[in-house]
Amino acid sequence: MAQGVKPRVKAPKTAAAGETVTLKTLISHKMESGQRKDKDGNVIPRSIINRFTCEFNGKSVIDVKMEPSISTNPYFEFEAVVPEAGEFKFTWYDDDGSVYEEAKSVKIG
Amino acid sequence: MKFSRRDTLALGAGAVALTVLPLQANAATAVDDLIATFTGGADVGEGGVTLTAPEIAENGNTVPVGIDAPGATEVLIVAAGNPNPNVATFKFGELAGSQSASTRIRLAGTQDVMAIAKMGDGSFKKASQTVKVTIGGCGG
Repeated sequence: MAQGVKPRVKAPKTAAAGETVTLKTLISHKMESGQRKDKDGNVIPRSIINRFTCEFNGKSVIDVKMEPSISTNPYFEFEAVVPEAGEFKFTWYDDDGSVYEEAKSVKIG
Repeated sequence: MKFSRRDTLALGAGAVALTVLPLQANAATAVDDLIATFTGGADVGEGGVTLTAPEIAENGNTVPVGIDAPGATEVLIVAAGNPNPNVATFKFGELAGSQSASTRIRLAGTQDVMAIAKMGDGSFKKASQTVKVTIGGCGG
């Protein structure tokens, strides 16, 4: 399921050096749990995003290991420290090997 | 044989207890295993972790939960009543602004949701909350 996957990230464009900012991310994905059955009684195979990471200038902010119990269109809200100007990099890893990326740059000011 | 209202209620309660008990026993061992794997068998203390979850969730497909564990390096979220009790593991990196995060999870039914945090000093803390679910979120 690599179609219709669209990452969205809400991050501030500017921040003071050393400020803590809140980041919100959402990615559209079915997150098929592998528990559901179709109308013929066959189990629909699992297809989820199993890992989400956020980095700022190569340094880790958060690394989440996800299981089928995470809802459709996985949403995360967390906080990060911005020590200098740079770029947040968000990465989602799909079960099928696809990798979805999104980046947001932050200026100091 | 004639059933009084009281008899019928007692029968019903007995039947429910019979069907629910073995299920819970199975789930409990899976949860214990999961927690033991995460903690490496270490003792888990109370306090130091805050788990925010609604008391009643109308839709088990998206239940908002939040964790806040100052000083934690890793937080495991466990839904004891789900077919797969493991929900997510948060690892906080060096630029994490706070050891808190929120997300949305699926719950199969009314159950306890637990957050187990691995603290910076290697100890483990947990918090749990019961969430009542009106419509389960794991499909038929």
